[in-house]
Amino acid sequence: MSATPMSTASPISTAGVFFALLHRDIRVASKELHFFLLRTIMQPVLFIIVFGYLMPKMGFVKPGYQTALLPGVLAVSLALSAIQSVALPMVQDFGWTKEIEDRLLAPVATWVVAAEKIVAGVVQGIIAALAVLPLARVIMGPIPNLTFGHVGDILIITILGATAFSALGMWLGTAIAPQQIGLMFSAIIAPMMFFGCAYYPWRGLDAVPVFKYLVLINPLVYVAEGMRGALTPNVPHMPLEVSMVALLVIAGLFWTAGLRSFRKRAIG
Amino acid sequence: MTAIVTHGLRKVYPVAAPKRMQSSAAGGFAPPPRSNAALAPPSGARELVALEGLDLEVGAGEFFGLLGPNGAGKTTTIGILTTRVLASAGDATVAGADVIRDPVGVRRRIGVVPQRANPDRGLNVVENLVFHSAYFGIPRAESMQRAHVLLEQLGMSEKAEEKVDALSGGQQQRLMIARALIHEPDVIFLDEPTVGLDPQARRSLWETLRTLHRAGRTIVMTTHYMEEADQLCDRLAIIDRGRLLALDTPAALKAKAPGGTLIEIDLDGPATDAAQRTRTLEHVTNSEAAGDTLRVYSAVGGRIISAVIEAAEGTGRRVRNITLTEPSLETLFIELTGRKLE
Repeated sequence: MSATPMSTASPISTAGVFFALLHRDIRVASKELHFFLLRTIMQPVLFIIVFGYLMPKMGFVKPGYQTALLPGVLAVSLALSAIQSVALPMVQDFGWTKEIEDRLLAPVATWVVAAEKIVAGVVQGIIAALAVLPLARVIMGPIPNLTFGHVGDILIITILGATAFSALGMWLGTAIAPQQIGLMFSAIIAPMMFFGCAYYPWRGLDAVPVFKYLVLINPLVYVAEGMRGALTPNVPHMPLEVSMVALLVIAGLFWTAGLRSFRKRAIG
Repeated sequence: MTAIVTHGLRKVYPVAAPKRMQSSAAGGFAPPPRSNAALAPPSGARELVALEGLDLEVGAGEFFGLLGPNGAGKTTTIGILTTRVLASAGDATVAGADVIRDPVGVRRRIGVVPQRANPDRGLNVVENLVFHSAYFGIPRAESMQRAHVLLEQLGMSEKAEEKVDALSGGQQQRLMIARALIHEPDVIFLDEPTVGLDPQARRSLWETLRTLHRAGRTIVMTTHYMEEADQLCDRLAIIDRGRLLALDTPAALKAKAPGGTLIEIDLDGPATDAAQRTRTLEHVTNSEAAGDTLRVYSAVGGRIISAVIEAAEGTGRRVRNITLTEPSLETLFIELTGRKLE
């Protein structure tokens, strides 16, 4: 073989390995971009068609509902794709393909491999939300009170929200047995979506106080309300600072749990 | 110069461990045919000892074999040395780096061919090699060149742009070898690399490994194929139930094999009486019972078979099956562990 024995090990920085891993994930994701978009956009788009287009046409929904719906749908797209793009590969890789072993043998601390995966999930969440936005605008028509003026707020909520859900995906994907992945969708993700204040504003729950406070344990609430605060600030919503702080705390918790759970699976 | 040193490596898994852990060590639970149950957990025990104080030293450039049946602790040993499993006690250094204190340093210096091929299925063949190289900081132009040289050497040039799923089992295994080599590691670990390969693919893999060995690579390979260990390795460690039973060159180990041909006779019931009775036969050097199996060592090959059968059937048992094994690593292994390898 061409290799010379006892070669001097070429040092590579942690950041170098991190970006090589990220490059790998982007390469793989770009090969399957159409599947990825179909998987993550379908559900929100169907929702937009029914609740943002058909129902208003039929007169079942009050005018202005679209304004409450759009930020929520973006939140769902962001959260759902972030969670899935981490949880699904983790379940597969640790469950049966063992493909990740290649990356676990990269010359870098194990937590870096997990952190990279979470960051890749954040990127995919943002791409999904960006893809849904123009579709929503086309389907629903002009949306009153929508503004892209608060770029800083939009960025903060997007990044914090995607990080929280990507890290949750890491946690679920490494803690759940592969056989129970279906359960993850029906028992965790579905209730999260329906009680996440995505399809109705949190302030609307003033009518049902029990729900109003119960849903606060749902991380999606803060993404949806944060999106409302950033994109449609004229419509009543949870204070933006509350959403941001909550997301920061949640992201921190899930990040810690996700990294810990990953390490448990990676090292025997 | 030594490539690997271990002292008192011990690994204990909790019995309620996830399935993948148990499966790698579950063989320890097989009912021991001889009174060799030291490591079998007493009933109600909550842990499983996969390794019990393993001391090894592998020289640089050596082709070192870990030989043992499933559950012997081979995969756990490789897991610890490749930083994927944390030892419960003891220490180990690989290519000068400590597996606990400097796992990143170890990873930088090793290449690993896993028990089951685990190529990155999102990438094609050459991308598998190029991205793996990138994790080790090798610039793309150089890794491209190395990838094509390796694929050429492994007879896979025309597969470079193929999807991994389009490869046969043998080709996937060769891709694993290319991947383990492309960052030019000091030590290469292969965990049962030929399991599931057809004889032709196995021979071809052996040739590849010999070439690597001639080029001065340190190679550590686990196997439960005697022939493979015998043909390839400079030195062999025979391990079972987490303990090192013998360590020497294949030739020296074979010389230690118990005298004579092993005649194994499966009976339709416990072979205890038959063992006692055959022990006194002429030309029998030793005889023992392992459950329903009678093991007789003969100094004159198979010539005493009829006498052995007669003696065994004289105890009221009936003969079900007979095998003859010439003195070999196989007979040594059976002598050491009380059980067969395959």
